[in-house]
Amino acid sequence: MPAIEILGLEKTYSVGFWRKRPKCALKPLHLSVEEGEIFGFLGPNGAGKTTTLKMLMGLVFPTGGTARILGMDVNDPRVKAQIGFLPEQPYFYDYLTARELLHYYAQLSAVPAKERAGKIEAILKRVGLPDVGGLQLRKFSKGMLQRVGIAQAILHDPRVVFLDEPMSGLDPMGRREVRDLIEQLKREGKTVFFSTHILSDAEALCDRVAIIHLGELRGVGVVEDLTSSMQGKVEVIWQGTVVPAAIRALGADGHVSGDTVRAVILDKDQEAVIDALRRERLRLIAVTPVRTTLEDYFLQKLKPAEANAAKVMA
Amino acid sequence: MNSRIVSIASNTFREAVRDRVLYNLIAFVLLLVGAAILVGQISIDIERLVVINLGLTAVSLFGVIIAIFIGIGLVSKEIEKRTLYTVLSRPVRRWEFIVGKFFGLAGTLVVNTFFMVLGVAGALLYVSHHLTKPDGWVLVALYFIVLQFLMMTAIALLFSSFSSPLMSAVFAFALFVVGSFAEDLRGFAAIAKGATHWLATGAAYLTPNFSALNVISSVAHGQPVPANLILYNTAYAVFYSLMALSGAVLIFERRNLK
Repeated sequence: MPAIEILGLEKTYSVGFWRKRPKCALKPLHLSVEEGEIFGFLGPNGAGKTTTLKMLMGLVFPTGGTARILGMDVNDPRVKAQIGFLPEQPYFYDYLTARELLHYYAQLSAVPAKERAGKIEAILKRVGLPDVGGLQLRKFSKGMLQRVGIAQAILHDPRVVFLDEPMSGLDPMGRREVRDLIEQLKREGKTVFFSTHILSDAEALCDRVAIIHLGELRGVGVVEDLTSSMQGKVEVIWQGTVVPAAIRALGADGHVSGDTVRAVILDKDQEAVIDALRRERLRLIAVTPVRTTLEDYFLQKLKPAEANAAKVMA
Repeated sequence: MNSRIVSIASNTFREAVRDRVLYNLIAFVLLLVGAAILVGQISIDIERLVVINLGLTAVSLFGVIIAIFIGIGLVSKEIEKRTLYTVLSRPVRRWEFIVGKFFGLAGTLVVNTFFMVLGVAGALLYVSHHLTKPDGWVLVALYFIVLQFLMMTAIALLFSSFSSPLMSAVFAFALFVVGSFAEDLRGFAAIAKGATHWLATGAAYLTPNFSALNVISSVAHGQPVPANLILYNTAYAVFYSLMALSGAVLIFERRNLK
């Protein structure tokens, strides 16, 4: 049974003064996340990531479609006891101390009274805030609030954890700690669904990713499969100071450095480039495959929409 | 009452008691009660009347201000600051959130009223030197004031469930003013003809009848409050608050928390 099943979830808002102009925030989305997976939901700002998460949390009502978490409808109250949620840029009741806030959430999540104090202390330690539990949240920095946010999301030991931009506002050390924490959650058998626009985090952490842009799903799969599906590139280095016209015609820019030239070309043009170098009697030094990153894939998936948007604007 | 409503109510209460503005308002009421003693001293033989009138009016007015001031932000502030997201993503139903908020603010107002009443009782004791049986009716007037607070809390929550804090404050305060003259509105409805009659009658029954809950003047004169009025006012306040609260729940249940 998938941990999360999104079955054609869509959202259209009515905007304008008379609320008559429809604005599509999310086109019908179909997605399935298996139990125990770390799933990255990627997209630029305004892509529809937060809208999707809010619909899964029951905060925003979908215009169409349904979603199921652990086999139950998202609006089933039993689901809410099994999930944890960290909103984007979380803000909490700043008149409470971190301990009081977690106590409040523990009550709402029906954590047994006897276990509350112990769980709160353990979770504060786990997110790196063991000594500030008695401090009011208004004195917390953005990074500390983010940690409190993560603490409240996992306090009640949920089976599925939703994190909206969990790394935002954190310094490199903090980001590393959150990454470790997410990996730890996976080891505990939990499903983690997190949205981000920081691709290196997704690449390092996720079993699978989905890319969303302008409310539309652009790709979904294992990171390696997605990147290998892209047309590969190779870096060619030769001795000399000139870029033959035949190579320039392939769209490659050569960078001259001392008495060597480097050019990145498409894999399929490799033979033509080598032939051109032979014809020009230039000595080939190296041909190295260029690793395709998730960022390359991401940018490639975003391009058609941007091109279309540019056409519409024109 | 379920534990989630209790948790939300106690958190709302805690938020209110940690707000300094609340203490300033209570201090101001106590200052007014103190001023009532001074005014009483220059009013020959009617010190008691002045203290009860001024004291209870101050308690009522400032209680309503607190109810509106806190009530209008109960839902909208939580949406604006996104604190609601982490609450509603837990096993909390939306109606539980609204009901919890209502009881939290109602509890705050009852506790505030208790402290403000201590001030009024102290002032009364200061000018009369002893409390008499007619002073007991002051407690009934205070009970009606608390009923008024409950209604205002429900009204503020209703507006807060769909409007911005500023607009909610304007609507709630306007309704309070209209409600304070509800008897006049009903009188006008009775003498009006045609469509005006129906419109005025509709408006008169929709607006909260705060004038029926105001017995300050009669208890200040030592007049008793009939038992059936106490019963009627209690039933009316509970019914009106329930209606306003149901409205708030109905709106909030359908609201997208963007």
